[in-house]
Amino acid sequence: MTELARTRPESFFADRFNVTGGLLERVLGSNLLGRADDADIYLEYRVNEELQLEEGTVKKASRHVSQGAGVRALSGTRTGYAHTDDISLQNLEEAARQARAIADRAGVSGAVAVPSRGRPHDLYALAEPPLVTDLAKKLDLLRKVDGAARAADPRVKQVIASLTSEEVVTLVATASGWTVGDVRPLMRLNVTAIAEAGGKREIGAYGGGGRVAFDFFLEDGRWRRFALEAARQAVLKLGAVNAPAGTMTVVLGPGWPGILLHEAVGHGLEGDFNRKGTSAFAGRMGQKVASELVTVIDDGTIPNRRGSLNVDDEGTPTGRTVLIEKGVLVGYMQDRLNARLMGMAPTGNGRRESYAYPPMPRMTNTFMLGGEDEPEQIIKSVKRGLYAVTFGGGQVDITSGKFVFSASEAYLIEDGRVTAPVKGATLIGNGPDALTRVARVGRDLKLDEGVGTCGKEGQSVPVGVGLPTIRIDELTVGGTAV
Amino acid sequence: MNTDLLIGVLKRAVATGATAADGYLIEESAFGATVRLGEVETVTHSRDQRLSLRVFAGRASAGASTSDLSRESLERVVDEATSLAKVTAEDPFAGLPDPEELITGVPDLDLADASPALSPEEKIELARRCEAAALESDPRITNSEGAECHDRRARYLYATSHGFARGYATTSFGISVAPVATRNGEMQRDYWYSNARKRSRVEDPATVGRTAATRAVRRLGARKVRTVAVPVVFDPETAASLVRSIAGAASGPSLYRRASFLLDRLGTKIASPAVTIVDDALIPAGLGSRPFDGEGLSTGRTVLAREGVLESYLLDTYSARKLGMQSTHHAARDGSGVTVSTSNLMLLPGRATPSELIGSIKRGLYVTELIGFGVNNVTGDYSRGAAGLWIEDGELTYPVEEVTVAGNLLEMFQAIDAVGDDLVLRDRTAAPTLMIGRMVVAGS
Repeated sequence: MTELARTRPESFFADRFNVTGGLLERVLGSNLLGRADDADIYLEYRVNEELQLEEGTVKKASRHVSQGAGVRALSGTRTGYAHTDDISLQNLEEAARQARAIADRAGVSGAVAVPSRGRPHDLYALAEPPLVTDLAKKLDLLRKVDGAARAADPRVKQVIASLTSEEVVTLVATASGWTVGDVRPLMRLNVTAIAEAGGKREIGAYGGGGRVAFDFFLEDGRWRRFALEAARQAVLKLGAVNAPAGTMTVVLGPGWPGILLHEAVGHGLEGDFNRKGTSAFAGRMGQKVASELVTVIDDGTIPNRRGSLNVDDEGTPTGRTVLIEKGVLVGYMQDRLNARLMGMAPTGNGRRESYAYPPMPRMTNTFMLGGEDEPEQIIKSVKRGLYAVTFGGGQVDITSGKFVFSASEAYLIEDGRVTAPVKGATLIGNGPDALTRVARVGRDLKLDEGVGTCGKEGQSVPVGVGLPTIRIDELTVGGTAV
Repeated sequence: MNTDLLIGVLKRAVATGATAADGYLIEESAFGATVRLGEVETVTHSRDQRLSLRVFAGRASAGASTSDLSRESLERVVDEATSLAKVTAEDPFAGLPDPEELITGVPDLDLADASPALSPEEKIELARRCEAAALESDPRITNSEGAECHDRRARYLYATSHGFARGYATTSFGISVAPVATRNGEMQRDYWYSNARKRSRVEDPATVGRTAATRAVRRLGARKVRTVAVPVVFDPETAASLVRSIAGAASGPSLYRRASFLLDRLGTKIASPAVTIVDDALIPAGLGSRPFDGEGLSTGRTVLAREGVLESYLLDTYSARKLGMQSTHHAARDGSGVTVSTSNLMLLPGRATPSELIGSIKRGLYVTELIGFGVNNVTGDYSRGAAGLWIEDGELTYPVEEVTVAGNLLEMFQAIDAVGDDLVLRDRTAAPTLMIGRMVVAGS
C-alpha cells in the first residue's frame, strides 16, 4: 500500500483524486468568494489498523479506510458545512453550493477572515510510520504484553491487549489562498487485565502512545511497564475498601490526573462558549480563577505527543497558549470563527474529528506547570484525605461549571501517610473555584502516557494532559462510606 | 441499492482465499440546522457510505471497512482483510451463523417516513420555533446554546458469501434545544429533545422548547447538600442510563471476557420483583427497531429480567458459541466487526405515579441529570455526579448540584422499591421513574 506518512499532502490528493491546489482555489473562488466572510475546503484520507489479542491469541485484526472532503462557508456567526466521502470535482462543487446557501441567506458582514499565518511545525516525522511496521512484529509485541501481565500475578485471569496504528493525511485550502497539509501518525497500546480471587473480580487498565513509531513501545521496556501496571491495578483493587463520601482534602498524583484541568477549566476556556456567554468563565478574563500557585497551559507543539498537531484542522499552526497565569485567567483557545467574532487571534485550536464535521475550538495538550514542593511533603501535609493517582474519564457542565472525574486507583491518606487502597469514586467540583483551593504544587510535572480522547458535541479528538502532584483542599469525593 | 457491489466484494473474498465472508453496506444522507438566539448558526449536509467486511480463513477471521467504494479501493480492502485473517489465530467458535437460521423475509417495521421531505428552510424554521418557545416561556431564560433540527435517511444491506442478501431503509427526524437560565449571576443550562422515525411523531417544537426552559429554570438556586444516605428517585431520563448499564453487563462480549457483574447470574435474582426489563426489536416505527440483526438473524422480544430474575443474556453468534449458548440475535455491526447491541430496551412500567413515588419519601434526592463515567462494569460499583431536586416531606423543594450518588448496581437494582407508571419510549432505551431505597449522596 501507499506509504502515507512519506507523502506530501498536496501531491497525495492530486495523484489520488485529481484534486489539485488550483482546483481547490477554483471551487473556493467561483462558489464562495465575495459571498462569505471566510471559507475553506478540508480533505482527509485516513487508514486505521486495529489488532487485538484475547486469551493469548489474536482475535481481532481489522483495517479501516475513510476519506472525504468538507467544504465550509462562514458568514457572520453562520456556518454552512457540507461533506462528501466521494472526493471529486463534481462533489466538491455540490458541497460548496450547499455550504454557500447559508452565506446567501445573510448579508456579508464585511469582517475580514483572520488569515492563518506562520509555518507549520514538524513535530512527528518518523523513521518508520505506524502502518509500515511489519504486522508480525506488532503481533509479537501483543503476545509479550499478554505474557507479562499474566506472569505478574496468578490472580490475573484475563488479559486483553490491543494496538492501534493510524495515519491521516489532511489538506486545508482557505479562502485567503493558504493551502497547507499534514501527515499525522498515531499509535496506542492498551492493556486490560482482569484479576479474580475469593469470588471477587476486578479490572485494571493501562496504556499509552502518541504520534510515535512502533519502537516507542520497546524503549525502556515501556510495553512491559504498561502490562505490569494493568495487572497491578487489577490485583490491588481486589483488596480495596469502600471509598469515603464527602468533602475532603485530595492529593492528585502527577500525569493523567491532569484530566482535572481538562474538565475543570479547559472546556470552559474554549472560545465558542465564551463568545456565546454560556461558559461559567465568560467575562472573567483578567480575573483570579485559581490559586497563585497555578499556571495552566495548552500546548499543541510538544513533539510526538498524542494531542500535538503541526497545523490545526483549519490550517493554523498550533501554539503554546497560557490559559491561567499565576491564578489569573489570561487566555482562551480559539478557532478562526470564534477568534474573528471575538476580535482575537486564532491559537491553532480549531479541530475536528474528521471531514464529516466542521471544526471548533478544542484542547491539544493541557497541563499545569510544576511548583516548588516535594511530592512526599505534599502527602505528609495531609491529616486525613484521599490520594488519587489513576483516573477514568471526566465530564463537565460548561455553563454551571460543575465537573467530575473518576478515580480508578486511589488511597486513603491518614496522618500524612498513604494507607488503604479504596474503590473507584467520582470526584466532583466547581470549575471556577476548584483551582482556587490548590494549596500545594509539586515540582514533578508529568505528562500523561498518551491515552486521552476528548468528546465535545459528538466529536472525538486525541488530547493530552499533564499535572504535577497537587493538593486541593475541599473537593467532594463520591464514595459510599458515610 | 448497491447489492451487486456488496455481493461482488464477498465473491472476491472467496475467490482470493477466504472460506466465508459477510458484509454490511450503509448509505446515509443527513441534514442538520442549528439556530441560536433566532439566527441560523450552522447548516450541515452530508452523504456517507460505508462498507464493512468480515472474512474467515477457516476458523480465523479479520475485518475491514472503507468509505471509498471505488473498484480499486474495494479490491484492496478485500485483499488486506483476507491477508489479515491469515495472521489471526484459529478460533473454534468463529464463523457465520448456520445459513439455515437466516431470515427468509424482512418484516416491515414501518421504519421509513414516506411523507415528503421538508426543505432546509422549513427545518430551520422548526428549530427557530423550538428555541423561541424556550426563550419566551420565562424571563429568566436569557441565553441559549441553540436549537437543532436534524433528519437522516439510511439504507442498510447485509449479505453473506452463501448468497444471502437483505436490506431495509430507515429515517429519523429530531429537534432539540439547550436554553440557559440566569439569576443573580448564576447560570444553569438544560436540554430537551424529541426524536422519532417519522416527523409526524416528533413533538411540537414549542412543547420541546418549553420543557427545556422549565428544566433549566428549575435548576436556578442549586446548592450542595450534606453527605447522607437517603432514598434516591431517578427521573425517566437518568433511570434509562441505569438500564443501559444492566444491558452492558448482560452482553456477550463482557461475559466471555469475565468483565461483567452479571457473570454466572442467569436464573438468579438480580433486582427487586418490581423490575422487568425487555428488549423488543419489532416495535413498529421504534427508534431501536430492526428487522434482522447484524448477522441476518431474525429479531424479536427478549426478556432480560422478569420480576427481578435474570432470564436472558444478549448474545451474538460468537459470544453464544463461546458461552455454550444460543445467539439471542443481538448482533450489531461496528466498524471492526460484530458486537452486541440492544434494540428498544425498556424497563416496564409499574403502577405508581411519579408524584406518589416522591410523596412516599421523607428526605431524599430526585435526580434529573448524571455526569461522568463512574460505572465499573466488572464489579457494578457506581459513583456519578448528579443534579436534581431535594425531596423533603414528600415534596420537591430546592435544586441540588455538585453532589455524587454512589452504590453498587446489583444492590441498587435489588433496592428498587417502586417503579413509576410513566414509561415513554423517547429513545432507544427508556425507563419510567425509579425509586431506589438507599444510596449515598456525597456533598459537603
